[in-house]
Amino acid sequence: MPGKNSIAIKLVIVITLCSSLIFAATLGYNYYRSRAILEKELENNARNLAMSLVYRVETELAAVTKVTEGVARSLETGRYSEQELHDLIRTTVEKNPGLYGFGAGFEPYAFTAASRLYAPYYYRENGKISYSRLENSYRNVPYLFWDWYQIPRELGKLEWSEPYFEEGAGNIVMSSCSMPFYGESGGIRQLKGVVTANISLDSLTDIISSVKVLKTGYAALLSRNGMVLAHPLKESIMNETFFSIAEERKDPSLRELGKKMVRGESGFILYKSLVGIRSWMYYAPISSTGWTLAVVFPEVELLENVTRLSMTMAAMGFVGIALLAAALLFIASSITKPLRLLAAATHELAAGNFDLELPIVRSDDEVGVLANDFQTMKVSLKEYIRNLTETTAVKERIQSELKVATDIQASLLPRLFPPFPDRPEFDIYASMDPAKEVGGDFFDFFFIDDTNLCFLIADVSDKGVPAALYMMVVKTLLKSEGQRIGEPEQILLSVNSILAADNDSCMFATVFCAILDTVTGEIRFANAGHNPPLIIDAQGVRYLTLKSGFVLGPMPGTIYEAERIVLKPGETLFLYTDGVTEAKNREEELYGEPQLLTALQACATADLSEMNHYIRAEVTRYADGAPQSDDITMVAITFRGVERGEGKGNI
Amino acid sequence: MTTAFTKQKINNQSRVALCALMLLLLIRCIFAPSAAAAETALKDASLMPLWSPQAQFAGYYVALDKGIYARHGINLKILRAGPGYVPAQSLKEGTADFVLLWLTTALLHRSAGTELVNLAQVVQKSSMMLIAKKTSGIKTVKDMNGKKVGMWGGDLSIPPHALFAKHGITVKEVPLSHTVNLFLRGGIDVTSAMWYNEYHTILNSGVDLEELSVIQLNEQGMNYPEDGLYTLEKRLRADPALAEAFVAASMDGWRYAFDHPDEALDIVIKYMREAKVPANRTHQKWMLDRMRDLILTDNHQGKPGILKERDYEAVCNAMQADGLISGFPAYPAFTGRSNAGKK
Repeated sequence: MPGKNSIAIKLVIVITLCSSLIFAATLGYNYYRSRAILEKELENNARNLAMSLVYRVETELAAVTKVTEGVARSLETGRYSEQELHDLIRTTVEKNPGLYGFGAGFEPYAFTAASRLYAPYYYRENGKISYSRLENSYRNVPYLFWDWYQIPRELGKLEWSEPYFEEGAGNIVMSSCSMPFYGESGGIRQLKGVVTANISLDSLTDIISSVKVLKTGYAALLSRNGMVLAHPLKESIMNETFFSIAEERKDPSLRELGKKMVRGESGFILYKSLVGIRSWMYYAPISSTGWTLAVVFPEVELLENVTRLSMTMAAMGFVGIALLAAALLFIASSITKPLRLLAAATHELAAGNFDLELPIVRSDDEVGVLANDFQTMKVSLKEYIRNLTETTAVKERIQSELKVATDIQASLLPRLFPPFPDRPEFDIYASMDPAKEVGGDFFDFFFIDDTNLCFLIADVSDKGVPAALYMMVVKTLLKSEGQRIGEPEQILLSVNSILAADNDSCMFATVFCAILDTVTGEIRFANAGHNPPLIIDAQGVRYLTLKSGFVLGPMPGTIYEAERIVLKPGETLFLYTDGVTEAKNREEELYGEPQLLTALQACATADLSEMNHYIRAEVTRYADGAPQSDDITMVAITFRGVERGEGKGNI
Repeated sequence: MTTAFTKQKINNQSRVALCALMLLLLIRCIFAPSAAAAETALKDASLMPLWSPQAQFAGYYVALDKGIYARHGINLKILRAGPGYVPAQSLKEGTADFVLLWLTTALLHRSAGTELVNLAQVVQKSSMMLIAKKTSGIKTVKDMNGKKVGMWGGDLSIPPHALFAKHGITVKEVPLSHTVNLFLRGGIDVTSAMWYNEYHTILNSGVDLEELSVIQLNEQGMNYPEDGLYTLEKRLRADPALAEAFVAASMDGWRYAFDHPDEALDIVIKYMREAKVPANRTHQKWMLDRMRDLILTDNHQGKPGILKERDYEAVCNAMQADGLISGFPAYPAFTGRSNAGKK
């Protein structure tokens, strides 16, 4: 499986997040719009519902109003005897089943001069029509001062009373529709009394209470004073006004709403209902009584369908996005699978495993190209490394051969010092440090006969293997010719002619060849282009002045001249190759002959081996880490000669 | 029954309350010689309030319900009151041992020959108001001249009458029943109202204070102390300890009601339901709060329930000046202290 940083996972996360955001935004907008549409529709529905309820209530009230007005008009226009009045009232109750009771109260002495108060009243009781006299039933406060009488009296018009509890009728809520009636007395319109129709509000409140809006929505009825007449909060009916509830809940907005209602306004608002639920309410006045009817739609239930739809959509969206994510993961994984395999493979490749089989990608997209190139690269790398390995093997073989060559070359040169322990007439010491594995420098010394010691130093042109091979030839020739001929110039002449005869490679060598007479200390020498040696005698150290001669090898027939010097006992001849004087330091400056002279002066009296090592150390010190560019070879010989000479002389 | 009730009550009280009760009983044992008798047998007594149950009488209902009267050795019965019941009449006829009366009412009856005495003046000042709608243009008492003013009948009309007389105006009096609807519907220009009752009813019928002109009588120099506890002088003389225990228990009831307003409202509403009177808790709370303002104000030596001689004489003089009474007894005689010789 891909890791958490893989392309596939990143792809899945980004796409899933983006699609979730888009989906959430769409869903949110959809919810918002649906809600707005629903609320708009709701206002119409609520208004229709409220208005239909208002209409039903008004219809019932209008019937009562009509009856009351009718009786009042009859009493104004007709002259009624007591019996006729009773018949009228009784018939009114009988013919109008909606009426609980009907009565007429007269102004003092208005009905008859015989009695001050007169108020006949017929009402229903246990299915029968009963009769009572209101002037007797109100004990302390005469009917004149009760709302049903007093308000229409003072206002001079029909009035619906605030609903009240009627104890006599079994504590039912009633309202009275009362209307004053007048008579003419001396041309002056005078109040005669008030007729009143009592109705039970139970049937009205039942209509309203039975209205079911959604699940818990409801319809409510408020009186003109804001008194609760019908409401799901049963205990507040006839106990609380909208305003006392507002006071209890310390909610001024509720009070403001109540004021709008009792003023007879209508409206559609979102508020926190009396049962404590955010609801939409449409309220409208019942104009005949000044009451207010309200229908309440709990917002949650109203939006229930939208909410449910949104939740379903959200669930579908969630599942969809989950599926999308899974599909993405699958596709992204399959796309990146070769890449991952390639990555894993190249990881091993990087570790050096070139034999690994790269995954085969059979597609011609970027990944395919990449895999192909990787394959090519792997093959090239493998080939390169194989070549490298072979080359290295060859090189190593050459290296080991060279090492053997070095050993052979080293073994060819005299290595034991002192080389002639039984010959005290002279001391000799020599050393050769090749710049490469094998060198072109060499030295040699050997006795030609009992008293003549041939010693030489040579430097073959070029370095390395060719020089070493050439050196072998030159050394062998010099030794064999030296032992055969015994004179330096002759030796060089002979060797040169042999070398020059078959010298296709145009190689050459410089040689300083000398023969020491161990008895006399005389040295005969010939030079073939080699550096002048130094002599250390009683006058100090100096370069020997000599004929330079031409190098060995290139030209046949070259003539070398013999020269001679005589060493006194204790005097030393110091031979060297240009590896000493042409040693370079880091600034590419040569060591030079003057410095060599100075260095020799510093060790003139030393033992030969020490002298040799001192000069070598000086050269190394001068080079100061710069690589050695040429073979460094030194030969030093000191003539002692005394005893042998005397011995010989004595013979 | 009552003893068992008392015991149960005691069991229900916290230990602190029990200790307080013990202390109270101890104090009573020391200062009231008749207390010993009260513990053995409760004395029957009755009280008639001014109106049907409401928070205006919270102290008495609470004292009854919490057994405070019983603890003071009284088996009290609160009589039914309201429309059709006249407390002064009941007192005179002997159907009530104790009644609540306004000071003005009491003075009228005393002047008419009923030998009643003031045991305690619970409500210290007048809570009566005259309320008009601002739309009627009435702002002051003088503006009421010639207007229709709703007036309660009987003794309750004394303070407004005195006020109109003081300002020299004449109004068209319209008798008021016990609703505010006549005023709300515009049948009258001005209505009488009690601060603790009708005033709040009007506000809770959707009329804002800003829409009203409210004239408080006690701010117009018409400070007539209202609810007071009365009994007949002969009853007081017959059993002064009973009267004393009754007053103490009543004032304890008020104290308890003010200290535990929610419980007091529960009790009042319970009695209202029993009496089948519409009960609106918000309204009763308002009423109880106002009673606190009216009872715990301007108290003589910081002690509620005492009729101040200064107030007494001011009212007597005003009533005499208006010709309502021909004369009035001396303060000690009216408060029953001249011969009881206590306190």
